[in-house]
Amino acid sequence: MTTKAEGALQITTPSDREIRITRSFDAPRQLVWDAYTRPELVKRWLGAMPGWSWVVCEMDVREGGRYRWVWSGPEGAELALGGEYKDVVPRERLVSTEKWDQAWYPGEAVGTVEFTGRDGRTTLVTTLRYDTKAARDVVLQSPATEGMGMGFNVLDALLASIATA
Amino acid sequence: MAEVTGVSTSGKRGLTVTWPVHNLPAMQLFGYGNLSPARLDATFAALADPTRRAILARLATGEASVRELAEPFTISQAAISKHLKVLERAGLITHGRDAQRRPRKLEAAPLAEANEWLERYRQFWEESYGRLDLLLDEMKRTAKPRASGRRATSKRKGRRDR
Repeated sequence: MTTKAEGALQITTPSDREIRITRSFDAPRQLVWDAYTRPELVKRWLGAMPGWSWVVCEMDVREGGRYRWVWSGPEGAELALGGEYKDVVPRERLVSTEKWDQAWYPGEAVGTVEFTGRDGRTTLVTTLRYDTKAARDVVLQSPATEGMGMGFNVLDALLASIATA
Repeated sequence: MAEVTGVSTSGKRGLTVTWPVHNLPAMQLFGYGNLSPARLDATFAALADPTRRAILARLATGEASVRELAEPFTISQAAISKHLKVLERAGLITHGRDAQRRPRKLEAAPLAEANEWLERYRQFWEESYGRLDLLLDEMKRTAKPRASGRRATSKRKGRRDR
């Protein structure tokens, strides 16, 4: 457990169009790549929150190939997304578009997963980026994101001070 | 130990989220549906501004009047009042009964709710990646026989031990 803490999950925002998730794994890149690109393996780890299960997991991992993921949840809820693979470099980079069926923003997001590491360890850096100005503007103009730049640590500190008050 | 590898070393958890409520379905998946979306939006909008965060931080230490709240800032009391309105609409603060001072007071519930959502987003990835850890361990075990064949030196050593 302590060794895992070394590669603890991080969520950062490199720009106002991006969100980035970083995590290290105690496995060589080839295995991580397989787990990320073979549907029968993806189904075993991605999503699957309590109450949700896989309905469709199709992935044609090659440049121009498409993927489609569908989950079903409580009370007949369904979530679906899909897209196209734009850049596929085995063990190094996987770039794909991402569009949710129920998306509220126009256009697509582009997800880039970078695989780095050595000596049997792999670091995954996943960056989600809005690819159209329109999508970015909706995100920027949305009342939910006005101003951007909320520091999570500020919130943590705030909550901590409330708790002790 | 946990501090060692961080890409970003800022803060205790190195976690900074610029707030893109980037994806409604995913938010439902993370349990957003159980919270009140409108209020959550208002909370995040209110928190997006540094002045408003500073005001909240001040109120976390105790209630204060508009004038007291305006003191540390270079902006006008009118501007502060505007920020207070946003915070009030978001339910993050309320004001007291004293008609003259109308002291503002922090309301903790919406903040706790917002924090809960952020935690769920983290949790989604924590849990997914946790399962990926297990899967990779399993894959390593089954991949081992092939991999060890390449390691000539350690193999020889192993033989000598026997």
